[in-house]
Amino acid sequence: MTNPAEIGNLDWQALQLSLLLAGVTTLLLLIIGTPLAWWLARSRGRKKQLTEAVVALPLVLPPTVLGFYLLIFLGPHGWLGGAWVSLTGHALTFRFSGLVIASLLYSLPFVVQPLQRAFESIGAKPMEAAATLGAAPWDAFIHVAFPLARGGYLTAGILGFAHTLGEFGVVLMVGGNIPGQTQVISIAIYDHVESLEYSQAHTLSALLLLLSFSALLLVNRFNRHHTIGTQ
Amino acid sequence: MRLEAQLYHQQGAFYLDSQLSADLSGVTGLFGPSGSGKTTLLRCLSGLERAERGVVCFGDQIWQDESKGIFLPPHQRPVGVVFQESRLFDHLTIKENLQFGHQRAKKAQSRVCWDEVIDILELAPLLTRHPQRLSGGEQQRVAIGRTLLTGPQLLIMDEPLASMDHTGKKKILGFIHRVQTHLKLPILHVSHDMGEILQLADYLALMEKGRILATGPIHEMITRLDLPLAHRGDASTLLAAQVTEQELAYHLSHLTFGKPSQQLFIPNTSLSLGEQVRVRIFARDVSLTLEQPKQTSILNHFPAKVVEIMPENPAQSMVKLSVSGSPILSRITKKSLESLGIVEGLSVIAQVKSIALER
Repeated sequence: MTNPAEIGNLDWQALQLSLLLAGVTTLLLLIIGTPLAWWLARSRGRKKQLTEAVVALPLVLPPTVLGFYLLIFLGPHGWLGGAWVSLTGHALTFRFSGLVIASLLYSLPFVVQPLQRAFESIGAKPMEAAATLGAAPWDAFIHVAFPLARGGYLTAGILGFAHTLGEFGVVLMVGGNIPGQTQVISIAIYDHVESLEYSQAHTLSALLLLLSFSALLLVNRFNRHHTIGTQ
Repeated sequence: MRLEAQLYHQQGAFYLDSQLSADLSGVTGLFGPSGSGKTTLLRCLSGLERAERGVVCFGDQIWQDESKGIFLPPHQRPVGVVFQESRLFDHLTIKENLQFGHQRAKKAQSRVCWDEVIDILELAPLLTRHPQRLSGGEQQRVAIGRTLLTGPQLLIMDEPLASMDHTGKKKILGFIHRVQTHLKLPILHVSHDMGEILQLADYLALMEKGRILATGPIHEMITRLDLPLAHRGDASTLLAAQVTEQELAYHLSHLTFGKPSQQLFIPNTSLSLGEQVRVRIFARDVSLTLEQPKQTSILNHFPAKVVEIMPENPAQSMVKLSVSGSPILSRITKKSLESLGIVEGLSVIAQVKSIALER
């Protein structure tokens, strides 16, 4: 019988893969999400409503449904998967790159929505002031909007990271369960439970619980500190 | 510096259709009721809003010419804007807020000296503080300084005193006046508060329903009987006068104005000899007599010539007088007008009951 606190080699790999996936996804989402959230915060009308609905879709869609469509879309016969194969010689499905694309979609609302809220609460006024002070739009974004939205960025980063860390259904559909390649921590937990290795499942689950809880604590603390600081 | 603007812009049910052409020097007041389009006009001039059709030229620079597709964005125009709210950046200290504009001042523009601005606006004690910790008046002072440090060639102020109490207003007005006299920067000051305009402005552009009704020197504009300003309840006249004598025993200052010079008395001893002041005389405080009064408690009376008469309602008429070349308004009853036989061209004596010192 293994020690319950001991984490096996494969579990380590799963944890590392999860952290890497969450890190890469969050970073990419913060980059992609910034212009998207900025545009959503600044526009009105039907285009915005439609885009907002699409961004929020992963919140309500069953992960397996999203995963299924992605499997088809990313597969060697799919629109993007096919192009990827002819470009690189590799398929997207059942590989890390496929997992990243899937996670980008899955965690999109968790990054875009906090950013959008942050940009909305800043409003147009500071940016107008910056423009009349001689700052070009890009300059004004870096030196005014970004620092004023830092709370939103932290929230978006942590929520995106924690959410990607816990993903299961989409990953299983698109990436399968290849240890060291596509087996992420939540799938490893599922595997342990299937094989009745409850002690390992306990250890990994407790680890994820702790990670998620600390992340939320961090967000709350920062936001509270931030609002007190501006009063 | 000459500003030529011809702007047409539609915003919902509101139309801006303004033509403004003025030699900007000193303070130009842009006055009009709320919703007359003052802010929209300013936003178009500063480039924050793009008018659908229009031309804006400042000196030899073309800021906008829609027929040629020219539109300079705000950060490329040498305009400084002070908004109704200070719009200071909360994440920066006062010093960093001020540096924000200073660092982005274009080299081609007249670079304003840091120390001079800090000095004029008395900003030194505020530098290390944060915007949230300042009073409304202090914030607005910083906002004015921040804008000045970008070295603008035109300063636009959009009701910067709107959210302030009387004392705060008075203080900031003093600072704005100081800025103007020290830096000789043309200022376009928007307000719906006539008192503020009368204190500050040298020129006036009158706005109504998206249009510029008229522009001209302030003392002429407020006494033009064909414009609504001369028919307001607080219709008044401005006189530029000089302090020539102090009568300490009676706590009076003697002022002179016009040519041939006329003498005015105001109860004040804080003025210094030789100082240039601006006084305001309300039309309701000016009465007319046909003869020089011999025994009267009213100190201020001048020979005047009736220039124009306009009935305002069945009971009252507005009489425009000329006193040594300066226009003065007098609101009198129709009954007095007829019993004294006052007609245009008549020589009368204007008696002034009270005079307010504006600056």
